[in-house]
Amino acid sequence: MHPAPSVIIFTALSGLGFGLMGWLGVGLPAVSGWSAFALFFVAYGLAVGGLVASTFHLGNPKRAIKAFSQWRSSWLSREGILAIVSLLVMAVYAIGLIFLNQRWQIVGWAGAVLSLGTVFTTSMIYAQMKTVPRWNTPLTPALFFLYALAGGALLAGQTSAAVLLLIVLSIVQVVAWTLGEESFSRAGHTIETATGLGNLGRVRLLESPHSSPNYLLKEMVYVVGRKHVDKLRVIAIFLMGLVPVAIIVLLPNNQFMAAAAVISHIIGLFASRWLFFAQAEHVVGLYYGKR
Amino acid sequence: MTSLPKSTDKKLGLAIDLDTCVGCHACVISCKEWNTSNYGSPLSDMDAYGAQPSGTFLNRVHTYEVKTLERAAQVVHFPKSCLHCEDAPCVTVCPTGASYKRSEDGIVLVNEDDCMGCGLCAWACPYGAREMDVAEGVMKKCTLCVDRIYNDNIPEEDRVPSCVRTCPAGARHFGDFADPESNVSILSAERGGFALMAEQGTNPVNRYLPPRSKADISGNDQIELPAPALEAETGGAKGFLSWLDKALEKI
Amino acid sequence: MSEEIRKTTCYMCACRCGINVHMQDGKVKYIEGNKDHPVNKGVLCAKGSAGIMQHYSPARLRAPMKRVGERGSGEFEEISWEEAFEIAIGWLAPLREKSPEKMAFFTGRDQSQSLTGWWAQAYGTPNYAAHGGFCSVNMATAGIYTMGGAFWEFGSPDWERTKLFMIFGVAEDHDSNPIKMGLGRLKERGAKIIGVNPVRSGYNAVADEWVGITPGTDGLFILALIHELLKAGKVDLNYLMRYTNAPFLVNGDENSPEYGLFLRDKQDKPVVLDRKTGKPVAFDKPGIRADMAGTHKVKGVTHRPGFQLLAEKYLTDEHSPEAVAERCGIEAKTIRRIAAELAHVAFEEEIVIKRPWTDWKGEKHEKMVGRPVSFHAMRGISAHSNGFQTCRALHVLQILLGSVEVPGGFRFKPTYPKPVEAHPKPHCKVTPGAPLDGPHLGYVRGPEDLCLSQSGEAARIDKAFTWENPMSAHGLMHMVISNAHAGDPYKIDTLFMYMANMSWNSSMNSSKVMEMLTDKDENGEYVIPRIIYSDAYSSEMVAFSDLILPDTTYLERHDCISLLDRPICEADALADAIRWPVVEPDRDVRCFQSVLIELGARLGLPGMVNEDGSAKYKDYADYIQNHERRPGVGPLAGFRGKDGKSSGRGEPNPNQIDAYIKNGGFWIEHIPEEAAFFKPWNSAYQDWAVERGLYDSPQPYVFQLYVEPLRKFQLAAEGHGKIQPPEHLRQQVKEAMEPLPVWWAPFEEDAVDTEEFPLHALTQRPAAMYHSWGSQNAWLRQIHGTNPLFVSGEIFSEHGFKEGDWAWLTSRHGKIKVPVVKMEALNAKTVWTWNAIGKRAGAWALDEKAPEAQKGFLLNHLISELLPPRENGMRWSNSDPITGQAAWFDLRVKIQRAEAGSGVSQPHMEPQKSPVPPAPQNVTYGEEFKK
Repeated sequence: MHPAPSVIIFTALSGLGFGLMGWLGVGLPAVSGWSAFALFFVAYGLAVGGLVASTFHLGNPKRAIKAFSQWRSSWLSREGILAIVSLLVMAVYAIGLIFLNQRWQIVGWAGAVLSLGTVFTTSMIYAQMKTVPRWNTPLTPALFFLYALAGGALLAGQTSAAVLLLIVLSIVQVVAWTLGEESFSRAGHTIETATGLGNLGRVRLLESPHSSPNYLLKEMVYVVGRKHVDKLRVIAIFLMGLVPVAIIVLLPNNQFMAAAAVISHIIGLFASRWLFFAQAEHVVGLYYGKR
Repeated sequence: MTSLPKSTDKKLGLAIDLDTCVGCHACVISCKEWNTSNYGSPLSDMDAYGAQPSGTFLNRVHTYEVKTLERAAQVVHFPKSCLHCEDAPCVTVCPTGASYKRSEDGIVLVNEDDCMGCGLCAWACPYGAREMDVAEGVMKKCTLCVDRIYNDNIPEEDRVPSCVRTCPAGARHFGDFADPESNVSILSAERGGFALMAEQGTNPVNRYLPPRSKADISGNDQIELPAPALEAETGGAKGFLSWLDKALEKI
Repeated sequence: MSEEIRKTTCYMCACRCGINVHMQDGKVKYIEGNKDHPVNKGVLCAKGSAGIMQHYSPARLRAPMKRVGERGSGEFEEISWEEAFEIAIGWLAPLREKSPEKMAFFTGRDQSQSLTGWWAQAYGTPNYAAHGGFCSVNMATAGIYTMGGAFWEFGSPDWERTKLFMIFGVAEDHDSNPIKMGLGRLKERGAKIIGVNPVRSGYNAVADEWVGITPGTDGLFILALIHELLKAGKVDLNYLMRYTNAPFLVNGDENSPEYGLFLRDKQDKPVVLDRKTGKPVAFDKPGIRADMAGTHKVKGVTHRPGFQLLAEKYLTDEHSPEAVAERCGIEAKTIRRIAAELAHVAFEEEIVIKRPWTDWKGEKHEKMVGRPVSFHAMRGISAHSNGFQTCRALHVLQILLGSVEVPGGFRFKPTYPKPVEAHPKPHCKVTPGAPLDGPHLGYVRGPEDLCLSQSGEAARIDKAFTWENPMSAHGLMHMVISNAHAGDPYKIDTLFMYMANMSWNSSMNSSKVMEMLTDKDENGEYVIPRIIYSDAYSSEMVAFSDLILPDTTYLERHDCISLLDRPICEADALADAIRWPVVEPDRDVRCFQSVLIELGARLGLPGMVNEDGSAKYKDYADYIQNHERRPGVGPLAGFRGKDGKSSGRGEPNPNQIDAYIKNGGFWIEHIPEEAAFFKPWNSAYQDWAVERGLYDSPQPYVFQLYVEPLRKFQLAAEGHGKIQPPEHLRQQVKEAMEPLPVWWAPFEEDAVDTEEFPLHALTQRPAAMYHSWGSQNAWLRQIHGTNPLFVSGEIFSEHGFKEGDWAWLTSRHGKIKVPVVKMEALNAKTVWTWNAIGKRAGAWALDEKAPEAQKGFLLNHLISELLPPRENGMRWSNSDPITGQAAWFDLRVKIQRAEAGSGVSQPHMEPQKSPVPPAPQNVTYGEEFKK
C-alpha cells in the first residue's frame, strides 16, 4: 500500500493522542489545573491533529460529515463516531479537572474506554482488509493498542508502565513483522487464483492494461526493497522501544530525558507505521504481476 | 445503506469468454466514452498529454502469458471490471453510505453525492475494480451501464452495457445469473465459468469462461488427430500422371 | 437520450465501420457502431470509440501555414487560404507547363485514391501513388494475378460455413472488426482456427493451434503442405479443370521464344486438350472436359498442361515436410498433420447447398459444392522480399483445395473478383501542359507495359514498373524521398503529400529520411526544393514541409467510400458509404479533397473546369454527387438517377448525399442468391455486376495457377524479345519471375552474416492504435504510451536479461536502445515491438517529456531501403524483386544488454517546435453534458 503521509500521521498521532487520553481518563497521572490543561492540550492536539490529517486523504473532505452514518457496517464510520464521542466525553472530564477542580471519575473511565475503543476501531479499518493479508490479523489491533498505550504512557509520564508496555510492544512488533512475511502466501492468493488460469500453467503478466500508471498502482502497489525494510525495522525497534526504555531505566529521570524518550518513540513509531503501509501487499497487485 | 441485501431478485452480471477475447481493448474505450458523459462525474484524464497520463477507467484488459514445462506458452487476454459480488466488501466498508448493492438486480453502485473519496472501498476490493477519480475526488466503478440497461430512450436491443454492445468478437455476455435459463447461466454452466479469487469469499456474480485447450508447435500437443494421416496415393512424382489420368476419369 | 444521432463512417483506421455519432448541444457525446452497417454490424473497436478524443485533439492544425524557420525545426507562420492557394499555384502551374513529372504527388493512408489519382492524371505527372507499396502490395498483387482478388478487406472467409480457418501473419489491422466478428462466430460454432505467426498475440492467442513459424519461411511451409496434398491426391481436380488454368497447354521447348507460354488459338485464346476428343480447343469452349493428364505436340514442340508442371515441381523431395521443418521451425509431423486436416475438412466434410446456378459456359448446376477450409493472410507473409511468391503459394494452396468462391471457403467481396484483364495497365507518358496518357497504377501483362523512358530509364520517380520491380502495382512511396534526394532517376521540384508521415513511421530508415528532407545543395537550396503537405494534425512530417494545407477531422468532412476505390462490400452485397460533416470545423481548415478540387480548378485541369474556365465542382461533396467517371458511373453507386432509384448505374442525383444520410450513411444492395458463389464463373453474377456498373461487359475468367505474365518477364531475362532487362538485373529477373510459386531466402538473410545477426525483428500494429494517429489520443495513449521490445524466452535467458532491462538492438544498418520484456509465446529467434508508438518530441501536441518521445521507439531506424552493396558496388533495394514491396519483415538483428541510464530510448531526436498551442493539462470530457 502507498505509505501516504496523511494516513501515517493520522494513525500514529491519533493513536498517541487517544492513548494519552486513556491514561488521563483513569487518572494516571492524577493531574488538575494547569498541568491537566497541558496534558489534555497535548492529547487533543495529537488526536485532533491526526484526525485532521486523515481528511487530507479524502477526495471530497466536505462530505466527511456523512461518514458518521454507517456505523452498523463500517469500521471507518464507527471510528469517526467513537473519536468524536471520545473527544466530547473527555472534554467534559477535562473541563472538570482544569477549570472546576472536579474529578468526575466515571466520566474519565468512560472517556478512557471510548478512547481505546477509538484506537480499536482505527485498527479494525486495516485489520478487516482480507485484501491485505499482512493486516488481516488480530495482531493489528494488538499492535495499535500497544502503540497507543505505550506511547500514551510515555507522554503521561507513567515510566514503569511505559517500560513494560514498550518491551511487550517491541516483542509483539517483531512477532507481527515475522508472521507478516508469510501472511500473503498463507492466505493462498496467487496470480493463478487471481486469474483462474492456474490449470493452464504458470501465469505471468505479459502486458499491463495501460502503459501509464493508474490509481490502483499508485494507491495499492508499493514496492519497497528488502534492504530498506531491514534498516527501517532496526531503526523502528530501537527508537520506538529500546531507546526510550534505556533512557528511562539508565538515565536520570527529568523532563529532558522524558522528552527525549517521547521524541525517540515517535520517530520509531513513524518508521514502523511507514513500514506498516509500505510493506502491506494488496492482492490487486497480483493482477499487475507485482508480487 | 452499506449493509448488503440478504439476497437480490436478479443477479445481473457479465460472462467473459477468455477463449474468444483477442485483447483489442474495444470494451475499455467504449466503457470510458459512455461513462465519462453519463452516470456521475466524468472519468477524468490527468496529465492527459503529458509525461504521466493517468485516467480513470472502469474496465481494463490485462494480458497474461501461461506456460507449462511441456507446452509452448499461451497468451490470454483478460478484461476486468467490477464483478458485482454478492458479498461485496467494498460496500460494507463504506463509511458514508455512498456504496451500495441494489436488492432488485444486485448491481453495486456508488452514489457520488455521498462519496467523500476515502478510498477504503478500493482497498477492500480484491479485483481493482474501483478507481478514484482524481479530478472529482469520488470513487468510480462499473455500473453495468445501469443508465443503459433500463433506459427506455434507447432501442431495446441496445439495452446492454456499452462494453457488451461494442465487443467485436462477442466475448462479453450480459444477463441474469439468478435465472438458470439465462444466456449467461447456460454459457457458464456449459463452459465451466469460474469466479476470480474465490478464496476471498466475495462471491462474484461475473463469471469467466476459460480458454479451451489449445495445440501448439511444441510437439507435445495432446489434441487427437481430427483427420486420418494422408496416404501417398499418387505414387509421388513418378506415378502422379497415371494417378491423375485415373482420377480424371472418375469425374 | 435527448441527443441527436448522426450516422457517418469511422476513419480511425482502414476498416471504415459505420458509426452512430450521438450529439448533444453541438458536441460529440458518444460514438457507437451502426448496427445496420455492413462492415461492423454495430460493433466498434477501441480506436472507433476513442474518436471523440481524436476529433477534439489538441494536435489539430488550425490554419494554413508557411514555413518560416529551417526545415525540420517546426517554425511556421499561419496564413490565409488565399495566400496558401497562391503559393501552391505559384509552384504547381509553371511546373505543369514545363515538366509535370517534377511534381510528385503521393498520398498516404488516403481513402480517396480514385479522386487523388484522377487529379494527378489530369495534372499530367507520372508520379502518383498511395502508401500501398510500403504496406502490403505483395498481397494485393499476388491475389489479383492469381485469382482476381486478394485477402485484405477485399474478400473474407465464409464465416457462417467454414469449418477450418487458417491465418498467416495477420495482425489487427485491415478488416479488423470483420475479422474479430468472424472469429467470434467461428468460436460460437466450434470451428477450428490455426494461427501461423511467429508471435502468439491477438488472433493467434485465441487460435486453437499456434504455429510459431520462423519469419520469412511461410512460403516453404505452404509449399510443403502442397507437396503433401499432391502426394495424397487430395486436390479438387474437378474445380481445377473447370475454374483454373491448370489444363492450359504450356510450351515445353526450351529454345522457343514461346517457351513457357500458353499455346493459343487464332483468337489468341489459351488452348486446352479436350479429354473426350483429345483435340486442342479454346479453354472456354462450352461442353468440353479439359484434360490435365495428356500432352500435345505442335510442330515438334511438346505442350503440357500447367498442372503437370506444378505437380512435378512440388512433388520433389525439396518440398517435403522433412526438408523444410528445421528452417520453418515447425516439426515435419505437424506439417503433415495440418495437411491432413486441410484435406479432411475440404474433402470429407464438404458442404452442399441446394441452389441451382449457371456457369459462364451456360452449363447448369443443381447445387453448390463447398470445401469448408478458408484462409486469411496479411503483412506477416507479404512484407518480405519473398512475399509475392509466398502470397501466390498460399493462393495456389487455396485453389488446389477448391476452396475459393465456394460455400465454406474464401469469398470475394464485390467489386472483386476482377481479373488482371479488367484492370488498367500502368501509364507514364508525360505531355507538358496536358494530362497523363492514362491511370498511373495498374497491372503489367509483360515487359512492354513497364514504365520506362526511351533510354530504358525509370519513368517514375519511385522506379515503379521497372525491371527492379516490374509488378509494383501500388507504386513505391517509400522510395520517393531517397530517389528524389539522389536525383535518381531525376530531380523533382515539388513534393506534394497527403496523410503520409514520411519523416517518421511511414519510412524505413527514418533518421536518414529526415536528413534527406533537410539536405541542401551547393547553392544552399534544399535538395528537394518544395514540399506541400496536408494533414489534419501536427505530425512529425509537418515540421519538414514548406506549405501546410490543414485538413479537417473525419467528423467534419465529406467523403465517399467508393466502389471506384477500396470498397466496403460484403461477400453477399454491394455497398458503399459516405462521411458528412456531423460537426462543422471550428478552425480555419478545409477538407483536403475540396482543396485539391479547387487547386485543380485554379490550374484549369481538364474535368475540373467548365468550358468557360470556371470551377466545375464547388467542393468535394459536389464532386461526389455529380462527377461521372464513366457515363452513369460515379463515386457513389447508391440512389443514382434523378429520382434516386437507380443502383450502380444512373444519372447523377442532386440529392444523393441526403439520401445516404437518411439511409444511415451507407448504401447496400444484396447479390441475388444464385449469384452469391462461384462469382468469376457464375453468369448470374457476371450479368448482375454489369448491370450495377462494376464491369461494362461480363468478365468471366479462370484462376491462374501458372501466371503467364511472370513467365514473359522471365523469358525476356532469358534473352527473348526486344525489351531486355539491364544486365545487372537479368539474373534477378530470371530467378524471381517464376510463373509457379517458389521460395527464396529473404534477401537480408543472404546479405548479412546471420551468425552476427541471428535474430528476426518484427513489428505489428496494436489493435488499439492506428499508426501514429493514436499517440495524440488522450485515451489510447494510456494503453500504448510506450512499446517494449518483446524478446523470446530463449533470448531473454541467454543474455541474462531481467525485468526492467534495456538492450541495444543492432542491425547492419543502425542501432537503437530499447526496453525489453520477456515473451515466451514467441518464435525462439524473434524479437518484436508495437509499431509507431515512438514519437518525436514536439509532435502531436504532446509534452516533450511524453513517454512516447522518451521511452517509445521505432524499429524503422534499423531498416534500410537498400540492401548492402554487392561485390560490384551496386546496391539493390530492400524489397520484393517483383512488386517492390518494402521488405521490413526481413530485418535481422543482434541484441546486447545495455545500461538503462536515463531510461530514454536511442536515437533520441531533437524536439521539433510545435505549431499548435500546448495541450490542456487535464481532460474531463463529458462535464459539459451534465449541466
